Amino acid sequence: MSSDVYVVGVDMIKFGRFPERSVPDLGAEAALMALDDAGLTIKDMQALYCGNLYQANAMVGQRILQQIGQTGIPVVNCANACATGATAFREAWMAVKAEVYDVVLAVGVEQMGKGLLGGGGGGSGIPKEGLLGGGTMPTVFAEAGMEHARKYGTTFEQFAKVSVKNHHHSTLNPKAMYQIETPLPEVMNAEMISYPNTKLMCSVNVDGSAAAVLCSERKVRELGLMKRAVKVRASVLTSDPWQERDLVMPDVNTCTRMAAQEAYERAGVGPEDIDLVELHDCFATAEILHYENLRLCGEGEAGRFIDEGQPALGGKTPVNVSGGLLSKGHPLGATGIANIYEVATHLRGEAGKRQVKDARIGLTHVIGLGSACGIHILEKSG
Amino acid sequence: MSDGNARPLPAVDYLKIPEDGEPYLEGSKCGACGAVYLGSRQVCSRCAARDQMESIRLADTGTLYTYAIVHRSFPGVDVPFVSAVVDLDGGGTVKGNLMDIEPDPDKIQFGMPVQVVFRDALGRKDKEGNSYLSYFFVPRG
Ligand SMILES: [Zn+2]
Repeated sequence: MSSDVYVVGVDMIKFGRFPERSVPDLGAEAALMALDDAGLTIKDMQALYCGNLYQANAMVGQRILQQIGQTGIPVVNCANACATGATAFREAWMAVKAEVYDVVLAVGVEQMGKGLLGGGGGGSGIPKEGLLGGGTMPTVFAEAGMEHARKYGTTFEQFAKVSVKNHHHSTLNPKAMYQIETPLPEVMNAEMISYPNTKLMCSVNVDGSAAAVLCSERKVRELGLMKRAVKVRASVLTSDPWQERDLVMPDVNTCTRMAAQEAYERAGVGPEDIDLVELHDCFATAEILHYENLRLCGEGEAGRFIDEGQPALGGKTPVNVSGGLLSKGHPLGATGIANIYEVATHLRGEAGKRQVKDARIGLTHVIGLGSACGIHILEKSG
Repeated sequence: MSDGNARPLPAVDYLKIPEDGEPYLEGSKCGACGAVYLGSRQVCSRCAARDQMESIRLADTGTLYTYAIVHRSFPGVDVPFVSAVVDLDGGGTVKGNLMDIEPDPDKIQFGMPVQVVFRDALGRKDKEGNSYLSYFFVPRG
């Protein structure tokens, strides 16, 4: 039985738009913040796992080291759509779990443009968007949401309430892109992008970075870092298994359900033990699906779950108290480590005004369309 | 070069335009497990069987499984339009525009029967000026 792996340092920059900065520059900032949080330096790191999507072929990890210290350590650059950051973190976790290294660094970073993601279709001939239906991300997740509406009668208003909640949460998070309340009428009357997702129900494209220092149990004790350390109870990655419609309708549900099942089993906990969740609310419709996929409520109960305020701060299982992708922002490659920062901060009792009271166990979830699902379960240790 | 009398090209490779006869959507059916796919392929991603794929003609009728009403898209794309996921009768799921219906959630019913129709690709032409034939859905019955 290999020993446990701990997060001993973790941080993120305030998400925003930084067109004048470079990707390695943004990544280096978070890396240094995480190292400072652990009280360690780059010279203590034995490997770097770097997640970035849009410059996946451009050695971002090495370019970060060129800014903060070229110590010659192995660097792995990974890309896995919106699960990129979680994948980098998991690669780091595996290396320590396998006892190859004692202390490693994981960084997730992204610089985004504005505008719609997805669609296009590519290939020869003529453009396909709007000819063979829609392929933009808001459309894909609108269709997934409407599948839930078809099954359970979920309403536009219930989807919209997710966005009201997450925007409210973000007013308590100084690192979120926005800190603005968006009441229900404002969300529902915002520009319709792809029904039932209005503009305020779509995640915000921002630049950002986050980083974590992972450490073996032996090394945590040796360094005297157990007090603020956060234990990784489970790290799971899945891809989408075959589903009847998945070639025209990407399936974000099954891979999440598989990952949740495995994560709960590996951690030896159930959804009732989870004190907070940061899940992949790339669109308001998606969050509704994941309440059930992660078993935070029963099948078909997601609409009622949001109506009753159970995923709100102070509710049964607070979801996306950071503001989520909807308001904190969604820098693709950074998202999977930023949500680990959020949960770890609560487990350490350092989340300030948005602190989930007495949080002991938290769960992070991301989905990369295409598809990849990453789930981590973290536990307070100090 | 553009030729006024030239036959349109198929917008996607699974749309077949026979020399004589009506256009249709082509699919593949796995002889081992029965899974149905759009277009042709060698291996079944459901059961991993190899060389069991049989080419089939997909039905031109089906039912609406799910949809989105797209109000914002890329520059040059006419909005709003209904992006529809349709389960074809006899197997296969296809995505396309649902036409001849108001883009209003009150007017669109899950499970409604639809007909697959073949029409010009909304006037879109390639760099050589060629016209294309595409498929669309319209309400049936
Ligand atoms: Zn098969």
